[in-house]
Amino acid sequence: MKDASDRFEVRLAGSGGQGLILAGVILAEAVAIYDGRNAIQTQSYGPEARGGASKSEVIVSDGRIDFPKVMLADVLLALSQEACDTYFHGLKPKGLLVVDSDLVERAPTSKAVGVPVTKMAIEATGKAITANIVGLGLIGGLTSVVSRQALEKAVTERAPKGTAEMNLKALAAGWEKALEIKEASRSVRPGPRRRES
Amino acid sequence: MTMPRMMQGNEACAAGAIAAGCLFFGGYPITPSTDIAEHLARELPRVGGVFIQMEDEIASMAAVIGASIGGAKAMTATSGPGFSLMQENIGYAAMTEVPCVVVNVMRLGPSTGRPTSPSQGDVMQARWGSHGDHPIIALAPASVLECFEMTVRAFNLSERYRIPVIVLIDEVVGHMREKVILPPREDIKVLERLRPSEPPEWYKPYGSSPSDVPPLAPFGSGYRYHITGLHHDEAGFPTNRVNEVRPWTRRIFRKIKANVHRIARCETDGVEDARTVIVAYGSVARAASEAIKTARAKRRKVGLLRLQTLWPFPTRTVDAVCREARRVIVPEMNLGQMAIEVERIVGDRKVRRVNRIDGEMITPREILDAIEGK
Amino acid sequence: MSVKHPPSAYTYLRHKKKFPHVWCPGCGIGIVMGAIIRAVDGLGLDQNHVAIISGIGCTSRMPVYMDFNTMHTTHGRALAFATGLKLVRPDMHIIVVMGDGDALAIGGNHFIHAARRNIGLTAVILNNHIYGMTGGQVSPSTPVGMVATTAPYGNTDPPFPITDLSIAAGAAYVARSTVYHSHELEKYIRTGLEVPGFAVIEAVSYCHTTVGRLNKLGGAVEMMRNLKETSLTRRMAEKRSPEELEGKIVRGVFYHDACRKEYCALYQEIQEKAGGAKLAARRISSMEMV
Repeated sequence: MKDASDRFEVRLAGSGGQGLILAGVILAEAVAIYDGRNAIQTQSYGPEARGGASKSEVIVSDGRIDFPKVMLADVLLALSQEACDTYFHGLKPKGLLVVDSDLVERAPTSKAVGVPVTKMAIEATGKAITANIVGLGLIGGLTSVVSRQALEKAVTERAPKGTAEMNLKALAAGWEKALEIKEASRSVRPGPRRRES
Repeated sequence: MTMPRMMQGNEACAAGAIAAGCLFFGGYPITPSTDIAEHLARELPRVGGVFIQMEDEIASMAAVIGASIGGAKAMTATSGPGFSLMQENIGYAAMTEVPCVVVNVMRLGPSTGRPTSPSQGDVMQARWGSHGDHPIIALAPASVLECFEMTVRAFNLSERYRIPVIVLIDEVVGHMREKVILPPREDIKVLERLRPSEPPEWYKPYGSSPSDVPPLAPFGSGYRYHITGLHHDEAGFPTNRVNEVRPWTRRIFRKIKANVHRIARCETDGVEDARTVIVAYGSVARAASEAIKTARAKRRKVGLLRLQTLWPFPTRTVDAVCREARRVIVPEMNLGQMAIEVERIVGDRKVRRVNRIDGEMITPREILDAIEGK
Repeated sequence: MSVKHPPSAYTYLRHKKKFPHVWCPGCGIGIVMGAIIRAVDGLGLDQNHVAIISGIGCTSRMPVYMDFNTMHTTHGRALAFATGLKLVRPDMHIIVVMGDGDALAIGGNHFIHAARRNIGLTAVILNNHIYGMTGGQVSPSTPVGMVATTAPYGNTDPPFPITDLSIAAGAAYVARSTVYHSHELEKYIRTGLEVPGFAVIEAVSYCHTTVGRLNKLGGAVEMMRNLKETSLTRRMAEKRSPEELEGKIVRGVFYHDACRKEYCALYQEIQEKAGGAKLAARRISSMEMV
């Protein structure tokens, strides 16, 4: 059993109805079932089914996971200004911050990766509701926390009946965008996670 | 071998109920326990069982006891406010010695509190929630797999000892999704309640027996007898005679007390040479494990005693494990409900409490600070 | 089904074990108990397949004296206990005996929901207009103006119309009689047991020990005579004006819906849909006689 040093913490935060809890479940399933590693997913939400603050957390490790919640996040995906402001302080100094650039006007750091996540979702699938899956694609592409095949399988399994194809499109859009960002940062300037490496 | 799955604690609890042979669920929706009802509403009719959403938690608990006396393994699931409403009938089940399982997915109280936030505030209520002296069994899972295993065990204990068994899941464990491999069916030990073998005219539903647990005949099986919440004699009829009340009271306590070593389970991690022992249960034990990893990296001798059974309290184990330790830390998402029990055994000077009642989990950092004496 | 035999106290009463009973001399509860026994006997039901379930109060002491599967539960909750039993043993005949306070105050919610579900229980409500066991406090069926220990200046709260409430809540069979009309009462209980759905039989009685004393209405004989003199059948009542019916007890069958599906039968359909109906049937037959 490995120790906790390989522990990788992802926090997805925004508003109720953005599908962040489902996104967390999909990420955890991709890692734990299809990549054969270990993962735990937890969530917190308010009484509102739509609106209100919502947060989903995924801990990834190759070994046993004791504490099931984020201690200091390696990745924060923020789909609202409030979520970004609330959870930015819980991000590791070298952590990756991905924000929906249309929903988060004031990113707390210049290192933030701003992507119009919701707009991209509408462009890719015609539905804003797939923004959560675009976000997963972004996280997957920007980090090595999960393999693309695993994420695709998990999305296919979890997507509501008849929506798998649409969600795979959203995932691809996010993943490709991530590769673009990585490529650009490599050629122009150090990327957000490579700056100090 | 079954396949690994990502499963929620509440879902695992429902799966455990089905694996244990549960055939009846009567409940009322309440956050954060509702998933259990939803799963069983789907699963029970598939196995020939019955799900009913009752008009409130009082009725739920009553229906569960009614179903159990009809011969079906029966359960309900709720959270704090509903658990409060169930207390009178939980006492009735203890008094009438009718097996039943009550799952309480604990949320922050008192009152409506914070419905989606975790707590361990119902630990003492599980012990003393219903009026009058009566024994009780309460289990506290700390993982999704344990939600499954302990629900199975809750049914087994309930049927074995004719007693209500409470499963105290905290919101974190209930809602958490974790990778689990459920044991295959043939590896799951399932106990059935003892049925009478004597002819109906000799049957005594509350008679003395070597195990102190008399057999229980279901209604409609040819054994006609009386059940009452009044103090009763061996045949089940009400009595005011002290010489009939006293042996009954003694027997229902003895049947648990004599078996504490079988019922009360704990898990230890590195307590043998520990100078500091952490006594924890539920999700907080996981924060403790995390803190211990860090502390051991700093060469601190810290051990964990994780309570899997809260009631009956594992007095002997706590005493044995904590005797040599210099300090005992009891972290809880309440203001020290189990700490009282630990202090009773090891003395309160040795005990350091770490408490939170704001609906957030106790962090490994907070426990580490206590280990380091900060 | 057992062979039909004439009703005998020795067959149905726990005569060696539990008598004398707790009720005051002259009480009407024993008459209701007799009517239940005759109804069960008249239908030739197997004692092993009959359960009597009660809550708390004078009426709820009834099961202990009767040789069936009997359960004396918590105050107001008898119908909820019975619901659980009926769902796992739909083959059993379950009679729930309650007083007016038990059924309509503390158990009011369970009462309307049992009626709403139309679950196959026979609810016998003994209405003596008072909490007798605790010494004469107002109940939800105490008439306005009547004196009780908790209404020393007369009751202000209007009583529940039990039959109207039952019909509105969804019961399949609703009838009312009095302990004076014990044969009529027996007939209604018998029909209630035959109706597949939820049956409510209101048995109007009296409590001479509390109501009689506090309101100077005389003893058991006078109060029994009052039931005879103030009650009339539905047919007779139809010809009277509301003013003329003031203070009268109308007897009869108020509702009888033979078509509405019983709850356990509906749940069986759910089990069929889910694929577990055969398992359920096998389980129930395995629970029967050992």
